Amino acid sequence: MVTRAAKFSIQGLHVHYGSLCALRDLNLEIAAHELFTVIGPANSGKSTFLNSLNRLIDLEAHSRVSGGIRLDGIDIRAGLEVEALRRKVGIVFALPLPLPISIYENVVYGLRMQGVRDAKALDAAVERSLRESYLWEEVKDRLRTPAMNLSGGQQQRLCMARILAGQPDVLLFDEPTSGLDPISTARIEETLLVLKEKYTIVLVTNNVAQAARVGDRTAFFLMGEMVEVSATSTMFTTPADSRTSDYITGKFG
Amino acid sequence: MSSRLSQRIAFALLFLATLVVVLPVVVILAIIVAKGASAISWEFLFTMPRDGMSAGGILPAILGTLYLVLGAVLFAVPLGVAAAVYLVEYSGDNRFSRLVKLAIVNLAGVPSVVYGLFGLGIFVIFFRFGASILSGALTLGIMILPVIITSAREALESVPRHFRTVSLSLGASRWQTIRHSVLPHALPGILTGMILGLGRAAGETAPILFTVAAFYLPRLPQSVFDQTMALPYHLYVISTQVPGVPENVRYGTALVLLALVLLLNLAAIILRSRFRARKKW
Ligand SMILES: Nc1ncnc2c1ncn2[C@@H]1O[C@H](COP(=O)(O)OP(=O)(O)OP(=O)(O)O)[C@@H](O)[C@H]1O
Ligand SMILES: [Mg+2]
Repeated sequence: MVTRAAKFSIQGLHVHYGSLCALRDLNLEIAAHELFTVIGPANSGKSTFLNSLNRLIDLEAHSRVSGGIRLDGIDIRAGLEVEALRRKVGIVFALPLPLPISIYENVVYGLRMQGVRDAKALDAAVERSLRESYLWEEVKDRLRTPAMNLSGGQQQRLCMARILAGQPDVLLFDEPTSGLDPISTARIEETLLVLKEKYTIVLVTNNVAQAARVGDRTAFFLMGEMVEVSATSTMFTTPADSRTSDYITGKFG
Repeated sequence: MSSRLSQRIAFALLFLATLVVVLPVVVILAIIVAKGASAISWEFLFTMPRDGMSAGGILPAILGTLYLVLGAVLFAVPLGVAAAVYLVEYSGDNRFSRLVKLAIVNLAGVPSVVYGLFGLGIFVIFFRFGASILSGALTLGIMILPVIITSAREALESVPRHFRTVSLSLGASRWQTIRHSVLPHALPGILTGMILGLGRAAGETAPILFTVAAFYLPRLPQSVFDQTMALPYHLYVISTQVPGVPENVRYGTALVLLALVLLLNLAAIILRSRFRARKKW
């Protein structure tokens, strides 16, 4: 692999929920502009990992995090306001979760919270980010209608536009297509491949084939541990660990 | 007994129970309207009382009650909603918040005359507001605080958790999240609490007895430090304290009080349904 500047560098990350250890001693670098995929069975700590990267984990009542995460060399706890971190590191959840407001207001939500008032700037951001998520043509004539009226796939692309509006660095996706039909899934995957030219992407997926289709590198998580990380093509042809090959060939999980 | 028969009996009993609940309401309304409607006129609604309250209008009492209710709501809603936001969004579940919740539940059970004495001690005497609209409105406000806080809490708790997660994940601060993604969706429930509080504040006599209500004051209040007449107390006075007030004046006063409460409720309900129409999730 070409050596590129690390976007995220994670050292000795542990996450506990109460006494349960959900993530154990994770050491990992994620390069800028790579599409990093994470696979693993249920409860292996994939969401915990993603939520650590933008500190959404702090919302969980009993979570405890130790170890360090750096974004562009800056510690995400000591060196950044949490709001600024979350603007740089956007997340799309498994279920499409638009807010119960208009399409337009969903897209500009983050910008408004940042204090952007200028209508022209907001309009421009809406068009740019909806084009980036390939939703513009479908919704440009009904931007002021409720986002809840969109189809599931459209809602998920709206959720992508919503984080793109804030011009983030990193996009996190937590099983973004688990609730979608195959056609909507394919559209999201195509979009991901385009977006990685501009952004660093971390994609958690419960669909092993999806990781194989779009990933540059893939990590396999099992019971809170990262068993293996390698180039996606390597992992799916010659996995180093027998547990990885068991999982990707469907023997468990 | 066949299942059909027992079903019939059950339905009949349920219907009877409903009837027993509805009947008093209908009867009360019918009696008040029948006996009081003849008293209602422009003069009755918009002029001062005359001849020792046996003639003339009840304008000072109507306005007095309106001022007191609005004052109580203006005081109690912001305070109650702020407390509910603190309890639901900030404090979490610790010993202090459990204590506060317990206090609120108990506050709701305090008899209204006790609020009246409390208002007399605190607002009238200690703060030297005297017997005044201010003292009365604050007393009524404290009386309706529990219902406002409780319904606001329920409204906040019923806002889906993911609204908060999404808002925070987009870089909003906690306060921005509450302000833009939680409170707007809790508004209908908050307004419900306000409606309940309104009705109670308008109808109670005991809390205003020592704090604001004037026996006979045939002029309009000039400031919040003035005493005023109020409908519930006026009704009590002309029904029991002053002999010779015609029956239709007494029932007419009751009718006006009832109509006022219903009108205030109606306004709040319309407001609430306008917010509801926008709510979709
Ligand atoms: N808020 C929480 N409180 C307590 N335990 C939690 C919490 N969230 C997750 N866990 C536990 O932590 C472990 C890892 O959960 P996590 O959600 O990260 O798994 P996952 O790999 O994303 O699973 P899935 O594929 O089902 O989404 C699980 O055992 C889960 O039960
Ligand atoms: Mg998960």
